[in-house]
Amino acid sequence: MENKLHVAASPHIHSGRSTQKIMLDVIIALLPAAIAGVVIFGLQALLVIAVSVVTCVLGEFLFNLIIKKEQTISDLSAVVTGLILALNLPANAPVWQVVVGAIFAIIIVKGLFGGIGKNFVNPAATARVFMLIAFASLAEPAFPKDVDAVSGATPLAQLANNQLPVLKDLFLGNIGGAIGETCTLALLIGGIYLLAKKVITWHIPVAFIGTAFLFTLAIEGGNIEMALAWILSGGLFIGAIFMATDYVTSPATPFGKIVFGIGAGLITVLIREWGKYPEGVSFAILLMNILNPYIDSLTARKLYGGGKK
Amino acid sequence: MAFSLHGIKVPHRKHTADMPAERMTAATVTIPTVMHIGKPATPIVKVGELVKVGTLIAQQEGYVSSPVYASVSGKVTKIQDMLLSNGSFAPAITIESDGEMAQDESIAAPAINTKEDFVEALKKSGIVGLGGAGFPTYVKFNVDKPVDYLVINGAECEPYITSDTRTMLERGDDIRTGLEAVLEFIEIDKVIFAIEKNKKAAVTEMQKAVGDIDKVQVKALPTIYPQGGEKVLVYHTTKRVIGNGKLPIDVGCIVINCTTLAAIGSYLKTGLPLVEKCVTVDGGCVKEPKNVIAPIGTALKDVFDFCGGFTQEPQKVLYGGPMMGIAVPDVNVPVLKQTNAILALTEKEARLPKATNCIRCGTCINTCPFGINPPALATAFRDKDIEGIKKAGAEICMECGCCSFNCPANRPITQTNKLAKALLREVAMKEKEAK
Repeated sequence: MENKLHVAASPHIHSGRSTQKIMLDVIIALLPAAIAGVVIFGLQALLVIAVSVVTCVLGEFLFNLIIKKEQTISDLSAVVTGLILALNLPANAPVWQVVVGAIFAIIIVKGLFGGIGKNFVNPAATARVFMLIAFASLAEPAFPKDVDAVSGATPLAQLANNQLPVLKDLFLGNIGGAIGETCTLALLIGGIYLLAKKVITWHIPVAFIGTAFLFTLAIEGGNIEMALAWILSGGLFIGAIFMATDYVTSPATPFGKIVFGIGAGLITVLIREWGKYPEGVSFAILLMNILNPYIDSLTARKLYGGGKK
Repeated sequence: MAFSLHGIKVPHRKHTADMPAERMTAATVTIPTVMHIGKPATPIVKVGELVKVGTLIAQQEGYVSSPVYASVSGKVTKIQDMLLSNGSFAPAITIESDGEMAQDESIAAPAINTKEDFVEALKKSGIVGLGGAGFPTYVKFNVDKPVDYLVINGAECEPYITSDTRTMLERGDDIRTGLEAVLEFIEIDKVIFAIEKNKKAAVTEMQKAVGDIDKVQVKALPTIYPQGGEKVLVYHTTKRVIGNGKLPIDVGCIVINCTTLAAIGSYLKTGLPLVEKCVTVDGGCVKEPKNVIAPIGTALKDVFDFCGGFTQEPQKVLYGGPMMGIAVPDVNVPVLKQTNAILALTEKEARLPKATNCIRCGTCINTCPFGINPPALATAFRDKDIEGIKKAGAEICMECGCCSFNCPANRPITQTNKLAKALLREVAMKEKEAK
């Protein structure tokens, strides 16, 4: 009986933290935005969310099955990808397009690179960019049930024409746009939850949104209301809180995260101001994802004592 | 403190902190000849020989080594090679107790007049670093230049373990005697007695015991693991950085565990060498967790039995705490000089979750006290890239386990670092041979 003892190297205890728990926290944090999206845009939004999530999970399941890899769907990361992608799409997105986008995210961007932890760009952000380019109709956003779509315009479009949208609408999300990006309040609640649960740190969201705000403020000649309207519009908050903070594709150290956030903020505003597309958040995240390995190695922690002998 | 090293919060589980240590006896003891860093001692007794408590049974071999003494009175019944937890073999001496616990006649308090006498006494005492490392204590004090700081380590940052706490609460006199002797014979500028804040009673008690000595400052440090790590403690108390491959003495510091200091004090008073050890006996399988003073060489099984035995079959039995302790293959291994705790963990406590893909969350990078980059280290180790392993910081890894403890993917990070360090040693040996 004495030889039944388990012998292993220390440490012998674990905090109990797991990938699954982290992903569950992200899902919980996304719920306010998802619920707000359904309230604002109607049941159509729920359909898009359901299709995207189911496709991602099923896609990962089948992909693992085909390549004979151990199942990973229980880590819930596919649910997160599906949810974030859906929240980045307009409620009127055709179902087949949602399916194509979700498959692109989960198989091309994530699966083919080796699954969770191995993708070098954010699946949801990349899929959004892919869909924007592939399906031109997606650039035309859905509008809240009670807003007249014909006379309405997205806040970004209004801003481009130097019209100032109502800031309260921007904050509460009663405007045209993607399902989960319009209600800033819901996104902030989710962000605070993630901070409280220590799933993310403040560095990327604050650097990202802060940079975008200051840069826009400079461009708008110091008009704070206009600058606020710019940052509350489009996908900046969902991008900065939920997509740019993706562990796999963002730097590890606080300093690296700040560099990453500043870069993403600058690129977002550059595209919004001078680019072909009205929105630049996903492009900015994608570009910074590609730069991430360099940021990571340039902002690495210093070894204690310099590591020298 | 303006800047402190990174670390983590670990569960305390110090169930036994308020339990005075109970002394036990053993019918048989098996005493290994190496319970220290360095060469094994050489047995000088034969099978059948009668010994008493404190009889020298194995003499020191070389500079970094330590003598070994009988911990019970009785007859030597066996001298046999024993597998040690580091994988090597060394002789171990088995003594059957006669139940008398009679002390060797030669035992008398040492006469000390000079620093040389003091160091010689420490050498004879068989005292080694009792915090767990087992570095021969006399070597630490065999210094030929003034020392800026003596840091007394009462941090006890590992979960479960309370034997140092008990030493501080129960053996203030021994600690004072030990400290006074050290200050008398070794030129030391300042003494910092470092204790984690969560041990309020110990802080108060040490303030009472040694706080009045001029050079001494009793300091309550934040409760953050691994506060008791030598380099960590020196940095947090003196701001001095002990570089890669360096010892505290290289930056003018000596670090000594509080129980080691108490052992010095007690030896100077009585001349009885290190023959017993206070160990915390705990873990979910132990019926009555407590602190036990056991003769060195007592089988863990006997110590567990003294604590009422097991309530359930243990999954893992450890020498030391759960963060850095060593898992033993069976419960018949003995209590060593440097054993500060023995834990019998349930399956739930010793949870060994399955490793999944690294999600690059950066937790290991950001919690490492020394700024090691574990993912880069793992990649370099996989590729057998020696330069990469060094660049990632493997050489300064103290194996505290912070990285593994919080890893959401349950990667064997600390374990990989250990293997990488072993690889570095192997390569260095080959290079040496080639030359």
